[in-house]
Amino acid sequence: MSSESMAGRMPAPESHDRLSGVSPVPGAAKPDPVLRASGVRRSFGGLTAVDVEHLEVQRGTITALIGPNGAGKSTLFNVLTGFDRMDSGVSAFQGRSLRGLSGHRVARRGLVRTFQLTKALTRLTVMENMLLAARGQTGERMVGAFAPWIWRGQEAANRERAEALLERFRLAHMRDEIAGSLSGGQRKLLEMARALMSEPTMIMLDEPMAGVNPVLVQSLLEHITSLRDEGVSVLFVEHDMDVIMGISDWIVVLAEGRVIAEGRPDDIRSNQQVIDAYLGTQHDEPGAGGAEEGR
Amino acid sequence: MDFIQILAEATRTAIGPIAAIYALAAIGLNLHFGYTGLLNFGQVGFMLVGAYGVAVTTSTYELPLLLGVLVSIGCAFVLALLLGLPTLRLRADYLAISTIAVAEVGRLIYRSTVAQDITGGVYGLQQVAGDFYAWNPFPSGSYGIDAGAFSITFSARDVWVMTVAWAVVLLASLAMYVLTHSPWGRVIKGIREDEDAVRALGKNVFAYKMQSLVLGGVFGALAGALMAINQQTVHPDAFMPQVTFYLWAMLLLGGAGRTLGPVIGAIGMWFLLTMFDGLLRDVSAMGLLPGIAGGELGALRHAVVGLALVLLIVYRPQGLIGNRKEMLVNVK
Ligand SMILES: Nc1ncnc2c1ncn2[C@@H]1O[C@H](COP(=O)(O)OP(=O)(O)O)[C@@H](O)[C@H]1O
Ligand SMILES: [Mg+2]
Repeated sequence: MSSESMAGRMPAPESHDRLSGVSPVPGAAKPDPVLRASGVRRSFGGLTAVDVEHLEVQRGTITALIGPNGAGKSTLFNVLTGFDRMDSGVSAFQGRSLRGLSGHRVARRGLVRTFQLTKALTRLTVMENMLLAARGQTGERMVGAFAPWIWRGQEAANRERAEALLERFRLAHMRDEIAGSLSGGQRKLLEMARALMSEPTMIMLDEPMAGVNPVLVQSLLEHITSLRDEGVSVLFVEHDMDVIMGISDWIVVLAEGRVIAEGRPDDIRSNQQVIDAYLGTQHDEPGAGGAEEGR
Repeated sequence: MDFIQILAEATRTAIGPIAAIYALAAIGLNLHFGYTGLLNFGQVGFMLVGAYGVAVTTSTYELPLLLGVLVSIGCAFVLALLLGLPTLRLRADYLAISTIAVAEVGRLIYRSTVAQDITGGVYGLQQVAGDFYAWNPFPSGSYGIDAGAFSITFSARDVWVMTVAWAVVLLASLAMYVLTHSPWGRVIKGIREDEDAVRALGKNVFAYKMQSLVLGGVFGALAGALMAINQQTVHPDAFMPQVTFYLWAMLLLGGAGRTLGPVIGAIGMWFLLTMFDGLLRDVSAMGLLPGIAGGELGALRHAVVGLALVLLIVYRPQGLIGNRKEMLVNVK
């Protein structure tokens, strides 16, 4: 764990700069969008879960996606990452269309997501969880598996990188335990560390702090901030307003599948529409709860 | 029969060719279910196409045995694609239902009159794999230990089949060990735990599931080929659905997700089956089972095995060599 604490630190100045001059209106264009989506719709029967006219995510920033339960945040994650199909619309990552790409291909492009319900691979060890995420492994080919002398070096290098990440996420002491023996909060940490192991350009975190105790929340926040400072773009879903206002460079508000507002934390705090649609209901749903639906 | 004799007979079966054949098919099932999490309830279908691959090649067309083995492997490949292509993108239960149905439909096709010219229909095929016995290096005679009551002997023919069958089991186990301790094995184990998580890390889950289905199916087909070789006849009704359920019982008895689980399971299961058989026959001969005769003893044997399995699942759900901690990780 690096000793410099990110807690309470202001977002790095450059990440503010990147969004300077962007007007806080839904669908606003960003100077250097890493992810773009247009006309994205997804319905389940008669229910339109997502109906996003236009959305851009600025590269190298922390963008929060907020909205009441059932607003369509997880569904939007799913359609953008190829885990669900969109009924209509287009999306592009780093300027290249994601049309028709399945989940694993989107991930290979560098857009890696986590899930609202944690997906630790419970009967693999913590270290195996990490190693699984490494890219381009020769030993992952069926024939290659029979030639360990070819991939042993690669495996050792991956192990070293995994070790460093586990150290950083304070999971190193658990490396040989099965992931099923971790606490809920540790599983969230593992899922994030594992996603980083796959060297993402952009990471999408669906409620990374749900059900995590306050101490771990603090360290998760530090990890997210330092990711951004290392150049990874972050889009995350969260309910806790203090958390969101504290670390986000930009906030996108979703309600009933539509983007009703976006802007810097200050813009959102004072946005009457947001207060009506979302902040007013906030007291009914504590941030840690409501993690039972979606994936 | 006294108890020592029963033990000898049980041991004989447990190390015999049939146990090896079941072990091999169960290794395939272990790759499917124990490592990849695929629910295959039609492993007998792979044994069917494997047995007929050899039988049709050597008996119907009188071609060499090794070609027959290649045909068996090819048929397993095709069957796996047939099962996997439409179902492996869907939820796990679709594969499960398809496997059980396709295996049974396959059996009905092989035994139909339409196929009779090739498969022999309901009569099956005889004089299969003569080549194999021509290659037998063991001089004829009796092999084994003969110590009075505890005597286990095999003919030279049996020893030859056993040698080859257990050698194939050994090779398959080695291959499984290498695969499951490689990054490839890590991916399929990850898929077993949660395929979406693995997909989110950029792995082509469908391709891995397909590879697993094919390789495990090939193990099943080789088991079928050995069955045809061992019996020198094939008959469609040897491939009823219960064969698959015996394989499952063996896998769970030994321990799924362990390299030697299916092997130990097959040996243990055949040992138990034969022992119960002998015991029941003894008890019945002593007149202690009034009203139960002949064929009913076989049914009773299955009931006893079923009871043993229930007790196993209650008291040792991980099987003989499984890891209890892993087994119970998701049980809260
Ligand atoms: N697979 C599905 N089938 C039917 N309805 C769904 C499905 N997934 C989500 N929904 C519905 O879509 C809406 C948006 O859900 P979701 O994206 O999970 O919201 P959020 O993550 O913002 O809480 C909800 O009304 C939910 O019930
Ligand atoms: Mg959600």
